[in-house]
Amino acid sequence: MATLTQTLTDHWTRLRQSPLRQFFLDGLREVTSGGVRYHAWMASLTFVMCLGAFAYTIQLRDGLAVTGLHDHVSWGLYISNFTFLVGMAAAAVILVMPTYVLKDQDFAKAVLIGEALAVSALIMAISFVVVDVGGPARLWHLLPGIGVFNWPQSLLAWDILVLNGYLLLNLIIPFYILYSHYRGRKPQKRFYLPAIFLSILWAVSVHLVTAFLYAGLPARPFWHTALMGPRFLATAFTAGPALMILILAVLRKHTDIDVRWATIDKLALVATVAAQVCLVMLGSELFVEFYRQTHHGQSAMYLYFGLNGKSALTPWIWSAVAMNVAATAILSVHRLRQTPRWLYSASALLFAGILIEKGLGTIIPGFIPEPWGRVEEYVPSWVELTVSAGIWAFGAFVFTILAKAAIPIETGRRRFNPS
Amino acid sequence: MNTNGQDLFPILGQPKQSGLEQLLNRPVDRRTAIQTAAAALTAGLGLLQTGCNPLAASESREQAKLEWETFFQGNYRLMDDDEKTSTIRRLERSYELNTGRKINVSGQGPLQDVLYGYAFNVSKCRGYMDCVKACITENNQDRQSDMRYIRIHEMQNGGMDFSTADDAFFREVPAAGHFYIGTQCFHCQNPPCTQVCPVQATWMEPDGIVVVDYNWCIGCRYCIAACPYDARRFNWADPVVPEDELNPNQHYLGNRLRKKGVVEKCTFCIQRSRSGQNPACVEACQTGARIFGNLLDPDSEIRWILKNKKVFRLKEDLGTEPKFWYFMD
Repeated sequence: MATLTQTLTDHWTRLRQSPLRQFFLDGLREVTSGGVRYHAWMASLTFVMCLGAFAYTIQLRDGLAVTGLHDHVSWGLYISNFTFLVGMAAAAVILVMPTYVLKDQDFAKAVLIGEALAVSALIMAISFVVVDVGGPARLWHLLPGIGVFNWPQSLLAWDILVLNGYLLLNLIIPFYILYSHYRGRKPQKRFYLPAIFLSILWAVSVHLVTAFLYAGLPARPFWHTALMGPRFLATAFTAGPALMILILAVLRKHTDIDVRWATIDKLALVATVAAQVCLVMLGSELFVEFYRQTHHGQSAMYLYFGLNGKSALTPWIWSAVAMNVAATAILSVHRLRQTPRWLYSASALLFAGILIEKGLGTIIPGFIPEPWGRVEEYVPSWVELTVSAGIWAFGAFVFTILAKAAIPIETGRRRFNPS
Repeated sequence: MNTNGQDLFPILGQPKQSGLEQLLNRPVDRRTAIQTAAAALTAGLGLLQTGCNPLAASESREQAKLEWETFFQGNYRLMDDDEKTSTIRRLERSYELNTGRKINVSGQGPLQDVLYGYAFNVSKCRGYMDCVKACITENNQDRQSDMRYIRIHEMQNGGMDFSTADDAFFREVPAAGHFYIGTQCFHCQNPPCTQVCPVQATWMEPDGIVVVDYNWCIGCRYCIAACPYDARRFNWADPVVPEDELNPNQHYLGNRLRKKGVVEKCTFCIQRSRSGQNPACVEACQTGARIFGNLLDPDSEIRWILKNKKVFRLKEDLGTEPKFWYFMD
């Protein structure tokens, strides 16, 4: 028994000297120091984030009327981005599974970067949902205990659960491993391996659940297909590694990260196979939609060829298809795939192509034509574009911080120093 | 922890120190220390909130209190009768404080042995749109965005293809070679919209009416995506209803005023139907194309139609079981 003052002081002293505090302080020191280019990068991200926040205040004040959405296309750019980003988060499993289960040394070098990417993608995905709802102040209605959670009935309830669980897993596992390295200890398998296995299953289910969110709606025939889930996974395992390749290329150039070409080469192989599978699925979908035209194929008709003289999405989807086909062709040729210049261009094409196809090209046509057949189009407003840019900048900001703090620990440059 | 009871109130036993010193030097274990700190934090925040409240007038203070309580109110369906009553009183008082005028909000529950159903006579509808107009005024719908629960589709004779119909016609009706068919919420007995709501803000009442708790809705619009009949509307901006056009006879689950960012829909005019009246659209229709009644009453007109007419429903293949039938003379 001590007095209240003593107890609190003791706590404070112990907290001040703890390695955990040092860990976070070192991280803070790391992310706030850097060259001019680093600061310029962070400053420009902050600027875009501020623009996004400003646009969001307008949306909060005037309601979602400031977006291009209406009763007949009630989800747009925000939910498109959300869908795409859940895929990016799930794609971390491409690195996690081989690293921890198959003991692949090449993937192991990049696994923390993959997990940082998953965390940033999840934070972005959750942000996109938050900016999409009409009553963000009422989101506490979802909280267990004080709210009402319609689980297991609502797939959205499932999605909230799996997204937050996956975020938690992707924070805890890398934290434990990094912190162990920081303390100069070997991470204990019995602690992290169960979490790893859980996160592998979770990664697949997180994206399937997101697909089921749409596929479970017979009201929207364009989404009501069993291919939705597998196709989401295939596109995720294409765009995810593609972005990872680009990020690793940048990090290799600008930091002392220990990632060799072999890692990138393996990621490229994964992206190639997944991209080929994506094209098979696309072809299969196009066949079903167009071989015998039905009313249920009207959305695909609108998307690819326009309907009732309206065709806002047509140029977008054909560019996406062209980008995906071109990139898959490049990657399928071994010599081209192994040439950095070609690989990076193909990765950029895949990333952009899938962003368009899986975002705008999947979510919006689900609403067009509306249930009684009227074609009402949707064009995002400047507010939506600015808020979205802000969230992407926020994600890049989070990723940069995580990577900047993690790399020196991974390379062994920074360790816990008790003095 | 405090076995002798003295530790709980050291002030009583040791009057030699100041209150603060007593508190700080009180012997505690870790849990009590944290509890004390947390309690102090809560009390401090409360004090701060009260102290910083710049609202002097008692009415605006009351208004702020009502808004505060409204923000933290629970899901209407899960409230007990007392909570429902106080929620409704709050709503009425709030409106009075805001505008100086009174509204009458009902919380009447479902009647025993009642399941509402609706029938639409395609032969009789002539596209006059009186139902649409009556619906808008009765239900206090947003005038700014011209929100409508009912859509009247002008079809060309020779088929019933909704995708070629015109639901924005503006000409003398009935137009030659055309017929008219209305759609609205069909109050499905197996509704896909309520199933998907992540917070159970929308549900089917025991009398079959599908309703929304506008205070509980978070505005995710998943229900709009799930509805195959385009029955649901979203308040993209703050809804505008001119003061002199406001219908003061309201129901909590029906035509009370909505706010921006929530979903709303047809409620079979719950404020009317539960007090034995027909919905506004039925009453307004000059041609008698609209029939409303209790499906559980064997003597009702709706039951007579179901028994004697060749009725059909729309998109039956989706298994939604609409309680809204169409028929022809």
